[in-house]
Amino acid sequence: MREFHYRRPARVSDALALLGTDPGARPLAGGTNLVDLMKTGVERPALLVDLRDLPLDRIEATPDGGLRIGATATNSDLAAHPDVRRRYPALAQAVLAGASGQVRIMATVGGNLLQRTRCGYFTAPATTTACNKRAPGSGCAAIAGEHRNHAVLGATEHCVAVHPSDMAVALTAFDATVTYETADGTGELPLAGLYRPVGGTPHLETALPTGALITGVVLPPAPVAAASRYRKVRERASYAFAIGSLAAALDVRDGTVRDVRLAFGAVASHPWRARRAERALTGGPADATAFAAAADAELAAARPLPHNGHKLPLLRTLAVAVLTELAQEAAR
Amino acid sequence: MTTATTPPRPATGAVGTSHIRLEGRDKVTGAARYAADFPADGLAHGWIVVSTVARGRIRSVADTPVLAMPGVLAVLHHGNAPRLKEDFSGTFGPDATTQILQHDRVPHAGWPVALVVAETPEQAREAAESLTVTYATEPHDVDFRPGHPAAYTPEARPVRPAAAEKGDVEAELAASDVVVDARYTTAEEHHNPMEPHAALAHWDGGRLDVVDTTQGAHATAQDLARLFGLDPAAVRLRSEHVGGGFGCKAQVRAHLVLAVMAATLLARPVRVALTRAQTFTLIGHRSATAQRVRLGAGADGRLRALEHTALSATSTVQEFVETSAAYGRSLYDARGHRTVDSVVPLDIPTPTYMRAPGEAPGSFALECALDELAERCGIDPIVLRGRNEPAVGPVSGLPFAGRRLLDCFAEGARRFGWDGRDPRPGVRRDGRWLVGTGTAAATFFAGAFPATASATAHPDGTFTVRIAAADIGTGARTALTQLAAEALEVTPGRVRLLIADSDFGAAWVAGGSMGTRSWGWAVTLAARDLRERLALGGGVPADGLTVRSDTTQAVGALAARERHSYGAQFAEVAVDPGTGEIRVRRMLGVFAAGRIVNPLTARSQLTGGMIWGLSMALHEEAVRDTASGTLVNADLAGYHIAAHADVPAVEADWLDDPDPEDPVGIKGIGEIGAVGSAAAIANAVWHATGVRHRNLPIRPDRVLTAERDRAGHR
Repeated sequence: MREFHYRRPARVSDALALLGTDPGARPLAGGTNLVDLMKTGVERPALLVDLRDLPLDRIEATPDGGLRIGATATNSDLAAHPDVRRRYPALAQAVLAGASGQVRIMATVGGNLLQRTRCGYFTAPATTTACNKRAPGSGCAAIAGEHRNHAVLGATEHCVAVHPSDMAVALTAFDATVTYETADGTGELPLAGLYRPVGGTPHLETALPTGALITGVVLPPAPVAAASRYRKVRERASYAFAIGSLAAALDVRDGTVRDVRLAFGAVASHPWRARRAERALTGGPADATAFAAAADAELAAARPLPHNGHKLPLLRTLAVAVLTELAQEAAR
Repeated sequence: MTTATTPPRPATGAVGTSHIRLEGRDKVTGAARYAADFPADGLAHGWIVVSTVARGRIRSVADTPVLAMPGVLAVLHHGNAPRLKEDFSGTFGPDATTQILQHDRVPHAGWPVALVVAETPEQAREAAESLTVTYATEPHDVDFRPGHPAAYTPEARPVRPAAAEKGDVEAELAASDVVVDARYTTAEEHHNPMEPHAALAHWDGGRLDVVDTTQGAHATAQDLARLFGLDPAAVRLRSEHVGGGFGCKAQVRAHLVLAVMAATLLARPVRVALTRAQTFTLIGHRSATAQRVRLGAGADGRLRALEHTALSATSTVQEFVETSAAYGRSLYDARGHRTVDSVVPLDIPTPTYMRAPGEAPGSFALECALDELAERCGIDPIVLRGRNEPAVGPVSGLPFAGRRLLDCFAEGARRFGWDGRDPRPGVRRDGRWLVGTGTAAATFFAGAFPATASATAHPDGTFTVRIAAADIGTGARTALTQLAAEALEVTPGRVRLLIADSDFGAAWVAGGSMGTRSWGWAVTLAARDLRERLALGGGVPADGLTVRSDTTQAVGALAARERHSYGAQFAEVAVDPGTGEIRVRRMLGVFAAGRIVNPLTARSQLTGGMIWGLSMALHEEAVRDTASGTLVNADLAGYHIAAHADVPAVEADWLDDPDPEDPVGIKGIGEIGAVGSAAAIANAVWHATGVRHRNLPIRPDRVLTAERDRAGHR
């Protein structure tokens, strides 16, 4: 074990100062991913800046009817929050579909967004040299190797890893914005813009400025989200990352789609907002044929690898099944 | 064996009554100490460095800079390590995996190449991770596949012959009305006991004193003495509590070899503990298998031909054969009967015994093939088993010492609600789920090995019984206490049972479902003998009265029989063909497994075995990267076992299974629950969907791909 320093500031400004002093510094929130990566040697921080004492753990309604979620709010608190459960049920479901009860009690919202891929080549530096995300230019062992659970959308020959978060899929469907602070002040990014395209630089994962600390997530008001659902398919009933998942919200009046939100998980290096499918559905009929056609429209861009083509029929099934359920519930 | 000198007295109610684990409170409060928990004055800590390449030679170990790091005491490698007995053969036969740091050859990724010893575990780990080892790499082959050119059938095997044959399989197949010819595969599995391996070794007054985590303290001590060329009496090994074994803690492993080496060189206590990742390469695993079953039968389902061939992988270090094909030798008869196990050496870690070795994968293939035969014949799978019940051992010709397989099916069918089952596949819907049921037989060998025990009466009316048994979480300590109490005709509270100390004398390991059977025999004899001596009067001397037992003769005198436990497994599953999700809704196992000593822990053993089978059917799979030769999921996030949410209502029960000829009557229940359970689930998946899944685990992607293929054929 490499020795590291540990600090626990009480103010955001102190945390930013600490993070700014040492390029080897890493923010520590729940530690449910970072500590694992330290054990395997993917991360070797010189300084851990523990964020637990920062005043960033509140979850509160915004005046316009949206929600502001502090970066260090825990997953379990987020999933249990009455406003989340009532106004964004898919978000609560997504959080509860992730990890285990013990992990959710520790894990935080900001950490969830910045967690790393669970690609088996990325997480095993002792035995895998080829990983462009870990060692830029070294190659990608997954493309010719084990990639059953890797990306079908948006990947490149440089990296086919998927983002593992469930929470972020629901947040993406609801147009969340990420707020952050740097030593120079505050800023914000749409969540969809937080994750950089893979391109030729899979090691550059986010668009956050250097030294920035995520302070929270803001959900804009979204009446459609009240009728929303998250469904996740995995290799066991609990405590596993998704093979494919879907966050969906549907507003149907008189059989016509007024508003719809769709985002896929476990298909790309970031949560995949299915805007093509949303456009195909909006203003049209809310029936299984339309849902399937919309899913197909979105998945037309998919480029499956030799061993992950099963994700396409899976995602299609999920889209049709979840949207059909939501449409039926709206008709009641 | 002694003869009873007093007329039978009323039983104490000890045996056959549920008792909670005697050490349960210690375990849940943390008072129970495992191998890595023992303190020692001047303790030093070893950290194992393993190879990162899959095949080659060690070129250099750059120990000089590491020796200068804080706290580092020593770096052991093949250039400076103490020499071991080269042609070591232990309890389970020759074992070259013990030859740690004896040569520069790297036989697989994850092989130990050095041990760094330091004052603290953190210093040892940091130094170990800083140690530069260079290799001359060679091309490797880790690709297990049927038809591998290097595959061979072993000529001689100590336990089970690799091949057994009678009659003419081809002629019988040609004469059969119905033929099933199917290929099955199972995945590489890892034991992952909750407690990773650890050992603490130190020299104490000329004796090597070791705390290890082992399934057999005496056997491991003996093996250790042989390996290091020590007087067996100079080694004491204890393992009071063991956090799961499943077969991977029965042999001398690298952590133990290295702890003894370091303690010897440094002349101070040394502890070596494995990381979870290291347990994926240093303690053995169950090989993947590729199997083929050919069954020929008349239209009535009576077997004419049974051929089962199986291939597993071993390492280039030591041959180990997963004897899947042997499963049917005692279970089903056919005029043409051929069962052959083959093996292919690859550049992978050496596999080992893992809960129901051979039976678990073998029963999957054969019990699924029988289900396919039942389908083809239009016969209920249980009726099919009834038509193929042999009178004597199909291959051995020996009489059965009890065989209540059909009774298990009858009772299981009644409880499960099997009667009236619609045999048609793919026709039951429950929302998005297709629902089906399946069944399979189970059998496991009921052997016994010699053991010794002692029983001491104290003047205060209490007793101490000593035996080098191991409680690996099974409840053996409690069961043996009950057996001792019964034989002493006292309540269990008056018996103090001490286990897991090699100084207690020879005893078989907790393995092969023979632990409690073998130890219980020795404990019963010693306790009974003591009771009879006490009955003669004369009182108990101040320092107690001790008698010893040795079952060597009694075990040897056991008549030659087909001695097995039996079971009938049932499962109901739901499959969503659109997402590939499979949920087992309920499982039932009914067993005939001899005398049940402690119903509470017995049920736990049996349901645990059934869940083990569920996990094998749906989840467990070590995925090896052919390019690097390493596993890409060597942790419990990537290597899935059934989570709580996957485990449905699981029921296990048993029938009376007496054997008047057998003086102990216990058959062992550690493994039979894991036999046939995966097949019952796979058969239920077929009944639900109409698709035969012959490759384990039945993952969602396999269900989805099968659905796509089926749609393509429409």
